[in-house]
Amino acid sequence: MPNKEVLLQVKNLKKYFKVGRKEILKAVDDVSFDIYRGETLGLVGESGCGKTTCGKTVLGLYDATGGEVLFDGTNIHQLNTREKKEFTKRAQIIFQDPYSSLNQRMTVGDIIGEGIDIHRLYRGQERQDKIYELLDTVGLNPGHIFRFPHEFSGGQRQRIGIARALAVEPDFIVCDEPISALDVSVQAQIVNLLTELQETKGLAYLFIAHDLSMIKYISDRVGVMYLGTLVEFTRSDQLYKKPLHPYTKALLSAIPIPDPIVERRKETIPIEGEIASPINPEPGCRFASRCELAQEICRNKPPLREVADQHLVACHMVR
Amino acid sequence: MSAQRIIDIKNLTVSFNTYTGTLQAVRGIDLHLKQGEVLAIVGESGCGKTVTAKAVMRLLPTPQAVIGNDSEITFAGKNLLSFTESEMAKIRGKEISMIFQDPMTSLNPTMKIGEQIAESLIIHQNQSRQQANSQALAMLELVKIPNARRRLKQYPFEFSGGMRQRVMIAIALACNPKVLIADEPTTALDVTIQVQIMNLIKDLQQKLNQGIILITHDLGVVASVADRVVVMYAGKIVEEGTVDEIFYQPKHPYTFALLKSIPKLNTNNQEKLYSLAGTPPELINPPLGCPFAARCEFGMKVCRVKYPVIVNFTDSHQGYCWLYHEKADRTGLPVQFLQGVESSAQ
Amino acid sequence: MSNLKGKLERLENSEVLSDDLFTRVGTAGLSSEQKNQPSITYWADVWRRFRKNKMALLGLIILTLVVLTIILGPIISGKDYQYMDSSVKKLGPNSQYWFGTDDMGRDLFTRVCVGGRISILIGFCCTFVMFIIGSSLGTIAGLKGGWVDNLIMRVCEFIGNLPYLIIVVILAVVMGRSVFSLVFAMSLTSWVGTTRMVRGQVLQIRQQDFIQAATALGADPKRIILRHLLPNTLGIIMVTITMSVPGFIFGEAFLSYIGLGIRPPQTSWGALASAGQQRLMFYPHELFFPCLMLVITILAFHLIGDGLSDALDPKLRK
Repeated sequence: MPNKEVLLQVKNLKKYFKVGRKEILKAVDDVSFDIYRGETLGLVGESGCGKTTCGKTVLGLYDATGGEVLFDGTNIHQLNTREKKEFTKRAQIIFQDPYSSLNQRMTVGDIIGEGIDIHRLYRGQERQDKIYELLDTVGLNPGHIFRFPHEFSGGQRQRIGIARALAVEPDFIVCDEPISALDVSVQAQIVNLLTELQETKGLAYLFIAHDLSMIKYISDRVGVMYLGTLVEFTRSDQLYKKPLHPYTKALLSAIPIPDPIVERRKETIPIEGEIASPINPEPGCRFASRCELAQEICRNKPPLREVADQHLVACHMVR
Repeated sequence: MSAQRIIDIKNLTVSFNTYTGTLQAVRGIDLHLKQGEVLAIVGESGCGKTVTAKAVMRLLPTPQAVIGNDSEITFAGKNLLSFTESEMAKIRGKEISMIFQDPMTSLNPTMKIGEQIAESLIIHQNQSRQQANSQALAMLELVKIPNARRRLKQYPFEFSGGMRQRVMIAIALACNPKVLIADEPTTALDVTIQVQIMNLIKDLQQKLNQGIILITHDLGVVASVADRVVVMYAGKIVEEGTVDEIFYQPKHPYTFALLKSIPKLNTNNQEKLYSLAGTPPELINPPLGCPFAARCEFGMKVCRVKYPVIVNFTDSHQGYCWLYHEKADRTGLPVQFLQGVESSAQ
Repeated sequence: MSNLKGKLERLENSEVLSDDLFTRVGTAGLSSEQKNQPSITYWADVWRRFRKNKMALLGLIILTLVVLTIILGPIISGKDYQYMDSSVKKLGPNSQYWFGTDDMGRDLFTRVCVGGRISILIGFCCTFVMFIIGSSLGTIAGLKGGWVDNLIMRVCEFIGNLPYLIIVVILAVVMGRSVFSLVFAMSLTSWVGTTRMVRGQVLQIRQQDFIQAATALGADPKRIILRHLLPNTLGIIMVTITMSVPGFIFGEAFLSYIGLGIRPPQTSWGALASAGQQRLMFYPHELFFPCLMLVITILAFHLIGDGLSDALDPKLRK
């Protein structure tokens, strides 16, 4: 079990984008959570729910519109240039697209060594040795050091991306859908690699995905996002055993299970319609327009409150 | 059970000429589709599943794609590969329809939705514009698009992804085709929308009794809709059977590994995921023997030099694997492999 | 489906498979991870594809021949381009004067070579200036965004809308007619397109994850420009460069032809053509040879540019 020392605290984080004269896209709207050292926090939701924006804002790749992100107690959105550079050594990111996330014109060695060069961690032979070590850690061959990204398959490219993030020896990595572009048999390789690295290096992950079964497998705790807000937040086994929010329930029942008999017996909870636009959203519960249980009270924004031990839900209808 | 075969593919080979050499995308496969069944073709990207579907529709790019001379795709007693382009145009959309992965690019952005549905009715069924329009309205209602009358006059950009996929299905089914080919129809959609679309396809199939070829990499989707499953790997079929046979009694190590490597909702967090090392072989110089040999933990010497012969496990269940040869070393094989095989092999 | 019997199809041919073949080897010693292709750099790959393109290669050969001719031509012919020999005025092409002579008895072959030097020099100079200004302004506009981007784009629009000829005429009057003023005048308006293109490229590449990955690793803007943006825009910039050179050569020829270009005794292909045009009816060779050189040079650049853009197209990469 990971020891419960808070590494990262996100408080009322907001990220809005101006898309028109008066139109504001509320990608992340008042989201709070914290991440312990060495744990994996999963963030699930459908496309456009703001999970990726949330991950990138947490790293300071986007400026926050409101709220704060405390990493080891310091607000990362108020750092000067030098401090920001120091922060990048401790928090890293792995991307979804194994193709656009690697510079085609650089060799694998230079891609992995980039962090080492920027922070002047090692030079000359030491740098070379470190890169060999990283290649070995992520399961690539040392002979790959002078090759170019286009010579590798999707899974191998994702390994290169992981090695690049590991080069600066971070404490925390945002994994932005790292496996959703990969084939099934390769997904398991990458997930196993990530969990192994977590065990050996004590890394904390913010694992963003839309695949609930994978999130369930890899995460200690899970947050479910819908249209920029966190609707449910709890331990992963709890979430799957006893989902409370109507959206979580629908989402869970929608995953097709690779078991024909289970599928034949399964009752899916249908949710009608599609996800609304995050541009100028209506006040109140964002899910209300698709929710069977919606009442008058849902016009007010439901707070995220603890209804059971470590089980937080934002829904008026949950007792 | 003994419904007639509406599509029968015999020894289909497709290769592509590329800069670096000839890529053998599909390397001699036999498969068939029966009336009213859902056949799922599963496999990883590049295994040849989409190429197979496009070969049936004759939508492969020429002259890059070359179909083998002795390949046959029989539909309603005729070999589609011998059809001229204009004969084929009469089949597409009328007898065999296809829906694609990306609902964003498969609709014409400058035409109203209603016109796009009516178009194929006017072409294939010689309907008047009025008839076609009312049929188009009926189709939109069939695929459960709310406010269908108003939606007919809208353009594709006014529809969301899930709605566009519904429109695509309406277009595909407008002429009541005998076969629907769905190429990853829900991959670009979110899970909650995916359920809606898959349920829709299933409902319509029961109503209209078509044969469906569903191409997907999502085993969950396969479990929920398919009757029969074909597993492809590196341009070859490795195993074929009913959905229960494939999920509960997989006989090929690749099928077995594929099923085991996806976490279920009840998988324990502490367990390691079963994972296959390596990646599928390159199809420019495919391996001589079984293409999966290099990643197979039960692989034998023979697997690397000779392509396995077909093994009939039941009338509906076939596989290509040397493990079922009488001389094969069967120690430590998963129980599923040996069920029903052991008794007769002695 | 009641009889779950695994039936083994016997091998039809009588070939016997030895027991040894059935020893289990697992995944040992075989790996499909390795891609079979040897490692090659991006530019080596581009060159490989370029070489396969017959027309592009032809363009390169023509250009090399043209350049060699204009450099070595006067040495081979052993004549001076300004030397007037009144005894050999207006001769047609012959064994001594390969391209003939002009109305003042100067050797046309030597003059075409020397004029070609000026033409090509101007082409390269203008392109160089255009490249420097265009790519730096484009990068700044694309990267900074906001008011900087706005300002640069408005300046681009302003300059792009000025009538080109009037500027050149004014500059020719103010600065006098020289190679320098020609280069200056033509470069002044040419960088607009390059700026727009580079800006577009930068905006596109900036969106890609590897730029964000570099930012997340703490890379400063200088590093991002030099290591990530430039190498990825270089391909398309190279195509623009090869395609621009002939434009400038032609522009110079045009200006010289209408009398705004090179001042005698210096000469260029445009100036030679202008002179030849006056005697077209009687001595067509005086117009023909400078034009021929002009045309094949421009053709060569276009062939190379086409070949390059095909070779650089990542969609064809496989």
